[in-house]
Amino acid sequence: MTALDPTEVFRSEAADLLACLETTLLDLGDKPDDRGLIDTAFRALHTIKGSGAMFGFDRVAAFTHDFETAFDRVRRGEVPASVDLVNVSLAAKDFIRTLIEDPDATAPVIGEAILAELERLITGPGRPAAAASAETTAIEAAPAEAAGWQIGLAFDPDILRNGTNPLALLDDLRDLGPCTVTPRLDDLPDLDALDPETLAIGWDVTLAAPASREAIEDVFLFVRDEMTFRLAPLDATAAPPPAAATVATPVEAPAVPPVPTTPVPLPAPDAQRAPPRRSDERAATTVRVEAQRLDELMDRVGELVIAQARLSQLAGLQEDPAITAISEEIERLSARLRDTTIGIRMVPIGTLFGRFRRLVHDLSRDLGKPVVFVTEGEETELDKTMIERLADPLVHLIRNAIDHGIEEPSRRAAAAKAATGRIALTAEHVGAQVLVSVRDDGAGLDAARIRAKAEEKGLVQPGTVLTDQQIYQFLFAPGFSTAQEISALSGRGVGMDVVKKTIESLRGTIDITTEPGAGTTVALRLPLTLAIIEGLLIRVGETRYVVPLSAVEECVELPESERSERGRDFLSIRGELVPFLRLRQLFGAAGAPDPHQKVIVVSVGEARVGLVVDQIIGNHQTVIKSLSKLQADVATFSGATILGDGTAALIIDVGQLVTGGRADPVREFQEVA
Amino acid sequence: MSDAAETVRADGTLQVVMLRIGSETFALDAGMVREIIDPIPATHVAGARAHLDRIVNVRGNVVPLADIRERFGMKPAVTTPDTRFVVIEVVIDGDPVVVALVADRVFEVTEIHLDQKQPVPKIGASWRPEYIRFIVKRDDDFVIVPDVEQILI
Repeated sequence: MTALDPTEVFRSEAADLLACLETTLLDLGDKPDDRGLIDTAFRALHTIKGSGAMFGFDRVAAFTHDFETAFDRVRRGEVPASVDLVNVSLAAKDFIRTLIEDPDATAPVIGEAILAELERLITGPGRPAAAASAETTAIEAAPAEAAGWQIGLAFDPDILRNGTNPLALLDDLRDLGPCTVTPRLDDLPDLDALDPETLAIGWDVTLAAPASREAIEDVFLFVRDEMTFRLAPLDATAAPPPAAATVATPVEAPAVPPVPTTPVPLPAPDAQRAPPRRSDERAATTVRVEAQRLDELMDRVGELVIAQARLSQLAGLQEDPAITAISEEIERLSARLRDTTIGIRMVPIGTLFGRFRRLVHDLSRDLGKPVVFVTEGEETELDKTMIERLADPLVHLIRNAIDHGIEEPSRRAAAAKAATGRIALTAEHVGAQVLVSVRDDGAGLDAARIRAKAEEKGLVQPGTVLTDQQIYQFLFAPGFSTAQEISALSGRGVGMDVVKKTIESLRGTIDITTEPGAGTTVALRLPLTLAIIEGLLIRVGETRYVVPLSAVEECVELPESERSERGRDFLSIRGELVPFLRLRQLFGAAGAPDPHQKVIVVSVGEARVGLVVDQIIGNHQTVIKSLSKLQADVATFSGATILGDGTAALIIDVGQLVTGGRADPVREFQEVA
Repeated sequence: MSDAAETVRADGTLQVVMLRIGSETFALDAGMVREIIDPIPATHVAGARAHLDRIVNVRGNVVPLADIRERFGMKPAVTTPDTRFVVIEVVIDGDPVVVALVADRVFEVTEIHLDQKQPVPKIGASWRPEYIRFIVKRDDDFVIVPDVEQILI
């Protein structure tokens, strides 16, 4: 298991490099003059060529060599990175991928054709080099690497109150190499006026050692909002420093003294550019680990947390302060270890978003619908397994948005809309969940047409009263499509039901909102991780259960009048009738019920249902263990967890419990009719 | 651990763990036994089948607790100082599955000779033939070698 196949290592590295290349090429399509992007693409090609040759992928190395040679002319500014060139380069990138994955299935003719096309574009009438380089001089002014740096630091006067120690940051700078630090005392007030909590000193640092710009920027990573920062290579100090400083981060206003700058909400195209620029740095600081090892680590940590809980219990009984102290220390450590372990499994969703740019690019070209693709919230973190399983549903949703959502250019013109459609893919944390949405600015959904189709298919009786939300749910019925023509991409009615199934298996929900003429938004709400949920620990009889907190709306006391057991009942909560289930009966609890039973109101779809329990114990971070295959017939519980005392507790699947297995909403509508 | 089939030795003996459940003595192929533990608190699973209606925490994993008495028409029994949970690994539809099995008493690890196999007697209707791989005679007693997979499914 540990003896890694070097070929596999190459494949996996090449996959990363090709992904990086693709992102960079797509960015280059938007910003043909960005030297940084051209360099990143060139580096990726160069690495693929080098390691391809090393691992015996000779055809890869040969093809990439020719590709690289052609691209080198772009790098030297002799040829502009035109849209055509980007498209051919993307084709070439795909060809490299097939060469690596399935070399036997590729015909050399294809490679030759791509190279010929590339050659034609490169040797065609090029633009003089000067034009391309004119805009890139600013970037060259602060290169990524330099033999030494002149750094000017001015912090926000309040920075000390926020707990930042500028001296520690200077120490960090010294770790990069020998530094000469000169304080700037111009703003220092008289002793009478001196406030020890206000920083009045700035520093000029000369770093006389080679370092990368990023390494220096990283030192100030957490205080960048509260400082101005000038950076110039040492040999360029003769030039006026503020001019050179602008380059470090485009969002900064360096010449203006202590104005707090906020680099957080970057416009999407800029945010997209970030990953490739960082990629070489990242390679140096990350380690590839098999997912299975992470799972094992998670299991061990889970066991540790349980063992620790037992220790706490024992320590509580012993009343020995020394043991209590150790127990508390271990409790703190294991909690942090658990959080770190969960954190290791979290991956920014941007790694997934990147893949869709190509999809949109190609679909837009094939369907003749100009589309801009905007992404937001790439830094939103999600469990790795979740991200992998989200890929397919998002492909379907984005395809649908372009194929059905965005109108033909002629229709858009008639509706006085911009000719270019817009697809936005966004992710954000909402409480303990992640909201991923796909939004188009197309024509919107036609509820009447969906309904007509549903009636035609016999999914609903004519005359049934349905809300728009209920009507949109038909889109997720298997084989449902309102597309009048079947295109190569969508309209076969396959896909949306798969999307729904996948999202539900991830314990997520789908909401559709639409505005006629203005577009449709499909919003996916997902838990952060499949391994852990926030739960509400409850007791029914002698047994404890966990209810996922995401389903819980409120908790109320069961009124005296409802205490007698009458099966399924209704409760009036602020004038609304809420049906409730007595879990004691459902779970066959023994013994007498508690005198003051509680009702947990949970939401199931659009319905609210109460669950009567004996006691609400409290919040519980629940490490989910799936139930054995042998107990797969038990639908009421979605899994189990291990409590502090080492016993197992079941996690209630609220949807299954309430519907009693009748999870098909379509059938319920028919029953209403 | 899961290579249960390999425990039949060349000389035709099978290494087994002898245990008592209810009124019968069973011999479990030692290859499937992972460990034998003292009883631990179990959690009832509402709606599960009677022979698999509890779960327990075995070293951080939630595993079903199987009580096969019901499958052999025996009455449920209370836990005694001799009760043990035998943690076994079986293969169900190609996947390894860990199960804890309630035993009233665990005797020993020993060998049984396969040439002493007896046909399953057609006595009690409470014994379904598919639950039993074979029976061997040992001293003056009969020992059941169960087909655990069939019993659990």
